[in-house]
Amino acid sequence: MQVNTAIPVIELKNVSKTFGEVRSLSEVSLAIYPGEIVGLLGDNGAGKSTLVKTIMGFHQPDDGGEIWFKGEKISDWNVAKARELGIETIYQERALCELQPIWRNMFMGREIVNRFGKLDVKRMKEEASRLMSEHMGFTSTAVHPDNAVLTMSGGEKQGVAITRALHFEAELVILDEPTVGLSLSETKKTLEFVQGIKKSGRSAIFIDHNIFHIYPAVDRMIVLDRGKVAGNYLKSEITMDELIESMYRVARTGSLKEH
Amino acid sequence: MTENTKTAVKGNSARPPSFWRRFGMQFGIWSVGILIWLVFVFTAAETFTSKDIYLAFASTTPMFAIMAIPLTLIVITGEIDLSFPSISALATGGFAKIYAGTGNVLLGIGVALIIGVICGYLNGWLTTRFAIPSLVITIGTGFLFRGIELAWMNGSGTALTDPELDGIKSILVGRTFFGIANQFWWTILITGILWYVLNRTRFGAHIFLTGDNKTSAQLMGVNVSKVKRRTFAIMGFFAAFAGLVSSFDISYFWPTMGEGQLMNSIAAVFLGGTSVFGGIGTLTGTFVGSFIIGAINAGIVASGLTAFYTQVFFGLVIIASVILQAIISKRVKR
Repeated sequence: MQVNTAIPVIELKNVSKTFGEVRSLSEVSLAIYPGEIVGLLGDNGAGKSTLVKTIMGFHQPDDGGEIWFKGEKISDWNVAKARELGIETIYQERALCELQPIWRNMFMGREIVNRFGKLDVKRMKEEASRLMSEHMGFTSTAVHPDNAVLTMSGGEKQGVAITRALHFEAELVILDEPTVGLSLSETKKTLEFVQGIKKSGRSAIFIDHNIFHIYPAVDRMIVLDRGKVAGNYLKSEITMDELIESMYRVARTGSLKEH
Repeated sequence: MTENTKTAVKGNSARPPSFWRRFGMQFGIWSVGILIWLVFVFTAAETFTSKDIYLAFASTTPMFAIMAIPLTLIVITGEIDLSFPSISALATGGFAKIYAGTGNVLLGIGVALIIGVICGYLNGWLTTRFAIPSLVITIGTGFLFRGIELAWMNGSGTALTDPELDGIKSILVGRTFFGIANQFWWTILITGILWYVLNRTRFGAHIFLTGDNKTSAQLMGVNVSKVKRRTFAIMGFFAAFAGLVSSFDISYFWPTMGEGQLMNSIAAVFLGGTSVFGGIGTLTGTFVGSFIIGAINAGIVASGLTAFYTQVFFGLVIIASVILQAIISKRVKR
């Protein structure tokens, strides 16, 4: 396999995460390669969201776990650093500040400033307006950058979150259950967005409950169960039916081994 | 109603936010201000058409407005500070002690401002480090700072009548332009500076995000604890400054100073339309709110009512304004 000789965009080595008595992640090791779309599957409570938040630096891994970015070990991992290096996440909970206008949400945490550190409000509004119309297909006046996010529909809010990830041209985009609560056409648009990431040679981690969304969109699938990596398949190695079958087996027995 | 069809979504949001949606809250506070002013002009025409009353506002209102302005930043982050009157007193006490010991005015001022920043930062640190609501922790630190100050001063005041202090007095509380007290110009300057900080810096942008949705802000890489600690430190700095201003104005440092300003400052912030839930607020609103409160204090007496009615009127205006704001913000969200 040709991708595996490349340096991974991000690599986790023996990452565990414990909250009090609860071990959410247990010695997870995985690597995401350039231009690769990886599906992350797992039941509720499998640790998917914890894994995403650990990759993003929102949670610190327990001692002994290592995070490598493009072949370099990273210390003091935090969200600001992760985003600066080029990892963007579209969170399940969308991570919007709904009382604030669209332009503030679009540039949240990565505001545009001039060389004196002054916010370039005008440019952020123009960019927000342009991005919303170009990428989300809202006509140029449809969504005004001064509108508060809480006045928008669910799909439009998701549009803000997706456009935000897109704007910063991340090397790695993580989508955490992006289709939850979306209409059919909005879901289709989101799946097209995932294909767009692949076409531009960047990588993505795609998390979804729905195997029918994941399977067609990805190159590889990682199955997570109770905080552990339970399986790792290239799409060429497994059919959708086999995958569904093994997911049920994991849910029943906690193991993929019999496969 | 917008979920059904695509065209409905577009048709509905194809406009920029209406004037009402954008400026409704501002409009509300300015209307309240103008209405109260008109009431006073009609009930106490003689007083409210002469310029003396306005000169009096300009001299007394800044004593709490200078603290209400930075307090607005804290409230926007979703926190509150109840200890700033004590910070004021402790910092000004620090000035009195240093000046008495060294005779150096600038050193004294520097020490006072540093004490303010340290106390403020401590509030922020305790709040964020232990995740204790600031409402609770600053009650504690309020007693602590006041207690330290009273013990340090041995409970007695200090006269600030030394001729050496005339220079600093004329800068802080003199009359430079149009006979208006300098503290008024300081208030304008501080409002301008903090307006810039809030609306034109990344730190200011993070203040709004922190108060709006802390988790979202953190997920997008905003260090919300740092943002909060900084706003508390800014509050401490200006509490110290306000303490110096009000003590120089009366040429005396009272160890109990600032106690009456707590409610005035907090009322000014909420009257100005800043949300108690965080994420929303304006400094111009607080500025107008401060002067409304200053006007009520003076206006009641000028209208021929006894001062006992001040608080009745005060209470009614605050309650009515806050109800008005609740109605406006409900409308705005639709």
